[in-house]
Amino acid sequence: MIPAAFDYLRPSTVEDAAAALAEAGDEAKVLAGGQSLLPLLRLRLASPSLLVDIGGLAQLRGIRVEDDVLAIGAMTTHAEVSSSAEVQADAPLLAAAAGAVGDRQVRHRGTLGGSLAHADPAGDLPAVALALDAQLVLAGSGGRRTVGAADFFTDYFTTALAGDELLVEVRVPRLSSWGACYEKFHRTAQAWATVGVAAVVRRENGSIAEARVALTNVGPTPVRAVAVEQALAGADATAEAIAAASGHAAEGTNPTSDLAASAEFRKHLARVLTRRALHAAAGL
Amino acid sequence: MTAVMEPEVGKARLRKEDARLITGRTQWTDNISLPGMLHLAILRSPMAHARISRLDVSGAMLRPGVITAFTGADLTDRQVGLPCAWPVTEDMVHPDALPLAKDTVRYAGEPVAVVVARDAASAVDALEAIEVEYESLPVVLDMEAALAEGAALVHEDKGTNKCYTWIFDSAGAGTGGDVAAAEAEAEVKIHRRYVQQRLIPSFMEPRSVVVDPKPGDWTMWSSTQIPHILRTLLSLLTGTPENQVRVIAPDVGGGFGGKIGVTAEEMITFYAAERVGKPVKYTESRSDTMVSAHHGRDVIQDITLSARRDGTITGLSVNLIANMGAYLGLVTPGVPLLGAFMYNAIYKIPAYRFECTGVFTNTTKTDAYRGAGRPEATYAIERIMDELAVELNLDPVEVRRRNWIKHEEFPFTTVCGLVYDSGNYDAATDKALQLLGYDELRAEQTARRSAGDPVQLGIGVSTFTEMCGLAPSRILGALRFGAGGWESASVRVLATGKVEVITGTSPHGQGHLTAWSQIAADQLGVPFEDVEVRFGDTRVAHKGLDTYGSRSLAVGGIALVQACGKVVEKARTVAAHLLECSPDDLEYSAGSFQVRGTPGATMSIVEIAGAVNAAHNLPDGVEPTIDADATFDPETFSFPHGTHLCAAEVDTETGAVRIRKYVCVDDVGRVVNPLIVEGQVHGGVVQGIAQALFEEAVYDADGNLLTGSFVDYTLPSAADLPDIESDRTETPATSNPLGVKGVGEAGTIAATPAVVNAVVDALRPYGVSDIQMPLSPERVWRAIQGGAS
Amino acid sequence: MARISVTVDGVQYVDDVQPRTLLVHYLREQLGKVGTVVGCDTSNCGACTVLMTDPDGDAHGVKSCTVLAMQADGRSVTTIEGLASPDGALHPMQRAFHEQHALQCGFCTPGMIMAAVDLLQDIPDPTEEQVRKGLEGNLCRCTGYQNIVRAVIAAAGAQRGAPSASEPESEPEAAPEAAPAAESAPAAERAEPAVTA
Repeated sequence: MIPAAFDYLRPSTVEDAAAALAEAGDEAKVLAGGQSLLPLLRLRLASPSLLVDIGGLAQLRGIRVEDDVLAIGAMTTHAEVSSSAEVQADAPLLAAAAGAVGDRQVRHRGTLGGSLAHADPAGDLPAVALALDAQLVLAGSGGRRTVGAADFFTDYFTTALAGDELLVEVRVPRLSSWGACYEKFHRTAQAWATVGVAAVVRRENGSIAEARVALTNVGPTPVRAVAVEQALAGADATAEAIAAASGHAAEGTNPTSDLAASAEFRKHLARVLTRRALHAAAGL
Repeated sequence: MTAVMEPEVGKARLRKEDARLITGRTQWTDNISLPGMLHLAILRSPMAHARISRLDVSGAMLRPGVITAFTGADLTDRQVGLPCAWPVTEDMVHPDALPLAKDTVRYAGEPVAVVVARDAASAVDALEAIEVEYESLPVVLDMEAALAEGAALVHEDKGTNKCYTWIFDSAGAGTGGDVAAAEAEAEVKIHRRYVQQRLIPSFMEPRSVVVDPKPGDWTMWSSTQIPHILRTLLSLLTGTPENQVRVIAPDVGGGFGGKIGVTAEEMITFYAAERVGKPVKYTESRSDTMVSAHHGRDVIQDITLSARRDGTITGLSVNLIANMGAYLGLVTPGVPLLGAFMYNAIYKIPAYRFECTGVFTNTTKTDAYRGAGRPEATYAIERIMDELAVELNLDPVEVRRRNWIKHEEFPFTTVCGLVYDSGNYDAATDKALQLLGYDELRAEQTARRSAGDPVQLGIGVSTFTEMCGLAPSRILGALRFGAGGWESASVRVLATGKVEVITGTSPHGQGHLTAWSQIAADQLGVPFEDVEVRFGDTRVAHKGLDTYGSRSLAVGGIALVQACGKVVEKARTVAAHLLECSPDDLEYSAGSFQVRGTPGATMSIVEIAGAVNAAHNLPDGVEPTIDADATFDPETFSFPHGTHLCAAEVDTETGAVRIRKYVCVDDVGRVVNPLIVEGQVHGGVVQGIAQALFEEAVYDADGNLLTGSFVDYTLPSAADLPDIESDRTETPATSNPLGVKGVGEAGTIAATPAVVNAVVDALRPYGVSDIQMPLSPERVWRAIQGGAS
Repeated sequence: MARISVTVDGVQYVDDVQPRTLLVHYLREQLGKVGTVVGCDTSNCGACTVLMTDPDGDAHGVKSCTVLAMQADGRSVTTIEGLASPDGALHPMQRAFHEQHALQCGFCTPGMIMAAVDLLQDIPDPTEEQVRKGLEGNLCRCTGYQNIVRAVIAAAGAQRGAPSASEPESEPEAAPEAAPAAESAPAAERAEPAVTA
């Protein structure tokens, strides 16, 4: 299929991009890597009148280490994120999950910012951003603001981004001494996650000082498994403790039923995969 | 030149086809661009059943780049229903299947209107300007509901959703006993219902068609498996004299049965080209393919097996309901019949009854998909053999062994009256068991069971046979098939000694260029490199019945052997004349005639071809050619067989299945090219695994196809599949001079029950005896929870 | 219409395109590079895979149906038609696909070969599992993938054995400034590599 016709702009500054979005209103879409948007255009499930291609904004690409934060440009590709030594060292959860997005070709074009802004409930990276308490820097015609991941994802394919705003940077706290695991369960390697679990664990002596768990595709937005986290705070780092805590993983979720799985099975998977992810993240 | 040449047949020759395909120098239909060529787009119904209350294409006509737009109403005097070549019974209901809907649509995806424009994008854009209103009609999707009294009708004028009922009874046919009697006396009687889910063939090249309407010289390029059949039917359907119609199947990117139709899209493109008087191209998107190209399987199977407590089968009865979809395709009704003679499989079954009812629903039509009828049959019998083993507490291999035909019992006439010419089921099975390490894996299974391992292990067995080499024309006639089953070959020995083979088969990945070169090289004693093979263009290969049903080698390959034989005999006459001896004094071997007892008095086919071409000195009355044509019509089918074994691990917590090891030993008779055979087995097995684990076409309650793209119709990639260990036994067919049987569908037929048997075997301790395909993690998990499917 | 400048298989093209034109349609319809094909409309099948440079000039496998021609502006693209060296010698991956019988109908082959070339750039000595995982973005319906996996491993071995053969991508600067028409002649000549056993 061939997309419907649209106008195309390739601004050279973030300000110009924001201005173009402000002017075009709802009719405009931001084109980052295009790996989610272009299939929608081809199937004519979306037909914006204007595409604002931010691929020319070199300043949005790259990974910087700033004290206790990794500052990742929104246009950094999944391949760059997953192969970055800095990300592997300081945010291994993000490196693993970025390496599990789509396939190699998709990872060469798709971007971290694009994935988060697209906010697909089945996407792997929103849950990771949530588990890592990432801060998202948004730039619009009115200036810049920073939103925590917990406040960024608001509904199905919907975020805190205003119509004239771009996601420009993802700031990820460096958690180099934490264990991490992203458990992705899918029908085939090409399929989206039926359920995914992003887990990071900080151990102290023999116990779990802190665990953070976020779930993919069990509701309109990624969900923190708060009950699991609370049950594990200060718990012994044992398989039994993790298994007991993981029993709470489906609390607060609201999964859909679709071709890949029923809501009930998704809740079951959430519990099993949470246990497995925590087990690995805790280094057991 | 009398050097002894190593036989080509049997060599793992690398394929001649590859040179173009690995460098991108290909000719897919969509690559074709003709001067002045226009592009066509099709508006398809979003409704599964509706009356078209308003349809106006005038807006589309005004769009930029648009040449014309038209509807079914505009074709009232032109279009005719698409053909079904297999009216299986005299009273079969055969609804009119117009390429472009007239007033009613009966499945989501049915063509409703057409735009012809100067470029593809403009054509697609203009579809949005077509105004159409639908008045929805009741949708019937479920086969049993469709057959029930008072069901909504897919074709109101037909008064029924039943297409036909076809019965085979061994008692009536005189080929075996009475099943009812066998069931009454049975010590063990097992009844099961299996459901073959609907599949989408998913050839990788979407279909494409180009029509050039030159007066007196119509040419259609199409991504089809059947250029010859298409040419004849195109002529009949359009009234264009057949000798003014040329059909070309250029490079064709896979078919698997999915490209054996005469399609609505081909006819619509023909009509469009006729209307505008210019070449027109239609290339479908994958989304179009999913709803409009025919689907496969979709059969409910009720099967009852009767046996004695020692495991001996005493009777088998099978009752099918087969989903036709909304209309009939080229061989839709006949697909279940291709399986009818295969439920008895490799077993000695004394009494057998088969009944199949075809039913219409508001869905995309079904038709042949790799194996066509035989995978369904093999699945049902191989699944229920495992149930018999469980019932009698026998090993699944042992219960099969007690029933299968022994090597020394061939030729064997089955309960269906077919004569299996050869086979060695013990040899293939023993080899497979050894390759798998059957006993070790059984021991591991026991250990995992007693340890309560969350990952359980199962072993699945599938000992299969199939009938292929379609087909003896007389048998096809007896089954009311509308065409013959012969195949044609021509051999031209050119003046320079190069050989041109023309075949009526129409390969689309099978490697006929290479395999036919090997055959001709042996027969004519010329180098493999000196043979070229031409096909797929009815102007070059005038005669043929194309490629489907694992028929090409077993029928077309034999035609080639016979054509070569005729070349040799013609050459013999010339050689005798030139060597001044009697034809009877000549010995032919490896391309050379040798005068018996006179060393040095030899002539090769190549030398004779040169002499014949010059024609300076030929015997009186001999034409200056040694070229020859041959047509081969087999006496019987061929019966490849084999044993496939699958060891599968099941994660009982998530329901995920991992194939740990897959081994297969196939017996496809004599092997022309082991490399190609192995490739066919790999690909076939993976399609069989995919049915077992991954693929299913799903409709919602309104008749919309939910699995309308590769996002939801989950084809496996390399990452989802195991390595397959394949081996062979070689029991030559006795029914043809090459001893070949055919291999195209074997893997697909064998693999599906092997995988499902393995998963069910793993979960027997949980009380699981069946799981509906595809074995999704959720279905497996639920089976474990519920103790049944 | 907007103007783009793209180097494809060593030749620089300057063309006007509609913004909605997909890279694969630009390649096929405007440049005649019909060796690259379209198998789906959801970015699943990977048949359209080509190599395209990123802003740093490094070439990676991308699905050309999921890239706008506009996004290729200023970049360098290598298709299946530009993979063999200018003297017609097959790339080790092409040779391996032939020798391991890694194709049947051949429709997925251009994308599969380009994806495999891309994979070996990152993992020069992959395990079977890495190859299977690395090709997850490409579908094949004929081969069951097994011989494709074999071919990639064989090509990896061949590339390690003959390092000179493992650098098929000529630098765009190194390519002669030939007009598109001139480029088609040598391409036609190298269409028939020797394929005897």
